[in-house]
Amino acid sequence: MLDAVGVPDEEALFDVPPEIRFDGSFDIDAKTEREARRAVASTLAENDDCASFLGRGHYDHYVPSVVSHLADRGEFLTSYTQYQPEISQGFLQALFEYQSLLVELTGLEVANCSMYDAATALGEAARLADRVRAVEGSRVLVPETLLPERRSVLRNYLVGLDLTVDSYPTREGTVDTDALADELDEDAALVYAETPAAGGEIEPALEHIGSLADEHGALFCLGTDAVALSLLQRPADVGADIVVGDATLGLPAAYGMGLGLFACREEYLRQVPGRLVGASEDDEGSRAYTLTLQTREQHIRRERATSNICTNQAWLALRAAIHASYLGADGLMELAEQMVELPRELAAELDGIEGVSAPVADRHHFREFRVQTARPAADVRDALDARGVAVHAVSEHEIQVCVTETNVERTDELVAKLAEVA
Amino acid sequence: MYHEQANWRDGDAHQPLLSEQFGAEETVETDALPDELTRDSLSIPSPAEPELNRHYTRLSQMTYGQTSGPYPLGSCTMKYNPPFTEDLAARPAASVHPDRRDASVQGTLGILHGLQSSLATIGGMDAVSLQPPAGAAGEFAGVLVAKAYHEANGDDRTEILVPDAAHGTNFASAAMAGFEVVELPSGDDGRVDLDALRAAVSEQTAMLMLTNPNTLGLFERNIETVADIVHDAGGLLYYDGANLNALLGRARPGDMGFDVMHYNVHKTFATPHGGGGPGAGPIGVTEELAPYLPAPRVRETESGYESFAPEASIGKVHGFRGNWLALLKAHAYIERLGESGLRDASAKAVLNANYLASQIDYDIPYGPFHHEFVASADRDASAVAKRMLDHGVHPPTTKWPDLVEEALMTEPTEAESKRALDQLAAAFDAVGAEDDETLSSAPERASVGRIDQVGAARNPRLWWGDLE
Repeated sequence: MLDAVGVPDEEALFDVPPEIRFDGSFDIDAKTEREARRAVASTLAENDDCASFLGRGHYDHYVPSVVSHLADRGEFLTSYTQYQPEISQGFLQALFEYQSLLVELTGLEVANCSMYDAATALGEAARLADRVRAVEGSRVLVPETLLPERRSVLRNYLVGLDLTVDSYPTREGTVDTDALADELDEDAALVYAETPAAGGEIEPALEHIGSLADEHGALFCLGTDAVALSLLQRPADVGADIVVGDATLGLPAAYGMGLGLFACREEYLRQVPGRLVGASEDDEGSRAYTLTLQTREQHIRRERATSNICTNQAWLALRAAIHASYLGADGLMELAEQMVELPRELAAELDGIEGVSAPVADRHHFREFRVQTARPAADVRDALDARGVAVHAVSEHEIQVCVTETNVERTDELVAKLAEVA
Repeated sequence: MYHEQANWRDGDAHQPLLSEQFGAEETVETDALPDELTRDSLSIPSPAEPELNRHYTRLSQMTYGQTSGPYPLGSCTMKYNPPFTEDLAARPAASVHPDRRDASVQGTLGILHGLQSSLATIGGMDAVSLQPPAGAAGEFAGVLVAKAYHEANGDDRTEILVPDAAHGTNFASAAMAGFEVVELPSGDDGRVDLDALRAAVSEQTAMLMLTNPNTLGLFERNIETVADIVHDAGGLLYYDGANLNALLGRARPGDMGFDVMHYNVHKTFATPHGGGGPGAGPIGVTEELAPYLPAPRVRETESGYESFAPEASIGKVHGFRGNWLALLKAHAYIERLGESGLRDASAKAVLNANYLASQIDYDIPYGPFHHEFVASADRDASAVAKRMLDHGVHPPTTKWPDLVEEALMTEPTEAESKRALDQLAAAFDAVGAEDDETLSSAPERASVGRIDQVGAARNPRLWWGDLE
């Protein structure tokens, strides 16, 4: 090969001036696969086993084995973005089906084939609201309880725009609609609300929020997730213009790695960020799928693109689609029902502990709920942590716990240990 | 080597959609919640597990992956993804919640710290944040860091310079952060035109974003002068890491004068691209910029690893800590290859590109190139690409960068053997010798024929309800 190229060795091919050639060392030794695998596995093994009741934006659902086995097939796993659709029909169809599932869940007509996570999807929603803005106002209204991480990402996504993030008050963890109405007397481009809210509370006033936003010319963006959507009110029925969130399907807890959902009404189609798969025909009239409406995207529109996103979370969309199809309508509804019943049962148990009352909010809950503690919450959290139980401390005297099918077997530990430390 | 795609067409019908096979609408009836809080019905297909398995197995067989055959997609670095990293990612210990206390996730933090360190060394940077979940997110974070740095110096700079042949994300990321994008024309040699650069910089210049080697595969030989021009104007220099696979162990962005860079772990460090993502786009910066990096980062203390927020952090660009599993796989890859393996990867990637170029009968106007070259098809590059599908290989990136007419941007990576490269070259030349008519009817052997793109955009059908 060197002869064909006409060089004595590979080094002759590097057109790098000598003064910037690297002559140091990385100090990283090569390993055999077995050694590398052992080394990384033994580092990972330094993670403690613990009974985790953590939620707040990242959830653990059981992912059936078939999901990983199918998604790990080399054709799926090692393919690139579908720039040659004729040899990518399988993945394109899987993404088209993912978009379809999201349309079914939200009732909105357009779903893209993924954002990075819930926080960046919210940022993109606010940027879309800016592009279609019909009001003078330059505010994005979010609940005061919005997770700080999401607020930080949202602020960063708005750095280049004249939009500012303002909070509206909540009551019992959900939207204080009177206060929101007052806030809306001054213009806003976007109203954002969540169900379940940050403390797991199911929002009872979605229709009211939707009509308030509508009356004031603001877009209504609803934050939720695919499991909650399987049971709770359909976003299209409560006036949502955009739905964002994290899929929570297809991938177990992965240190915050997620799959950002993004769906919106058809009138915003040309303003959607990210990739879209559409159906078309081939030259013989057979159905075929392809990435479409790409003139919105950065590789064509450059600085006027709807977003800078290129690499997305397509493989996680595939995983979520397989998982959702595995569960089917009945399975999804059952899982969602469980996510209402498990926290209800656990709250009742915790409420019996002296110095503890749960849930804090007089609301129905989904997966998680806040718990009032007589002792300072940080002390309770630390004491539980020392006993191998992880919970959130969310305010001076409130902890938050999340229960799903993956940690329900360990609720006895939580109950017993909270009784010890509360 | 020919890659024959499974073709499950039954007459005119494609592999039926899940909804067409297993569609089911269920009424929502539950005792768990009052009716007013629930939806009325839910339509989600419900295949039995064996049917589900067949459906997705078939779809995988209608997908071309790196494991199917050569994938010389320029700028995408489709190298081999070693499967052992998947086994590590599947370990239960990798599946932890991001709000776990530092003391109980020392393994996870240890891996993140290890990756921060190795990336810093490989890039010649002082500090690394692993948070950005993709290359474009890394660019955006890097631009925000630059903005915060200038603002902290009381410097309100409004422009970012981007060469005309840069990745589209550079333009979009700069614009997203509120900067005016100034396009820099390339010189006749395909590199930065120093006079044009001198004319473009001003006290408004916040940053110049560069890829090196650039998208033509050319090393910016004048990079030190470029850095001086930008720095003398008070601006910063950004390194787009998309082409880092060309330089591992040969030259480091930090040593060339770059202040900020991103790494594409799904390119250089072999994490699988999964049909579009996830990737991860860690950023590295110089000491001066480290205080502005996204929070949290990881550091080592006497009592173990801990998370911390840099003192003047821009905050967050991802809800948690980015795409952890991609970061884990990248770390495992770097551990496996070590310095010698990484250096070999670059050597082979550059040799493979040069060898393939020497074996094809196409004009390649710019050189000397490194890990990729841009050939001119001298006819419709898209049609050439479609016909290459019939020869069983994935074609190069087409029609970009437009400095080369009808561009075929080709990056074979280190993964291909001489035998595979010879077969790839044969595909290039076979297509080159065919007439336009043959090309216009391609592909004939993929699972579908040429797709109507105009129709797809004009009449958007974006979910299965649109096909009923």
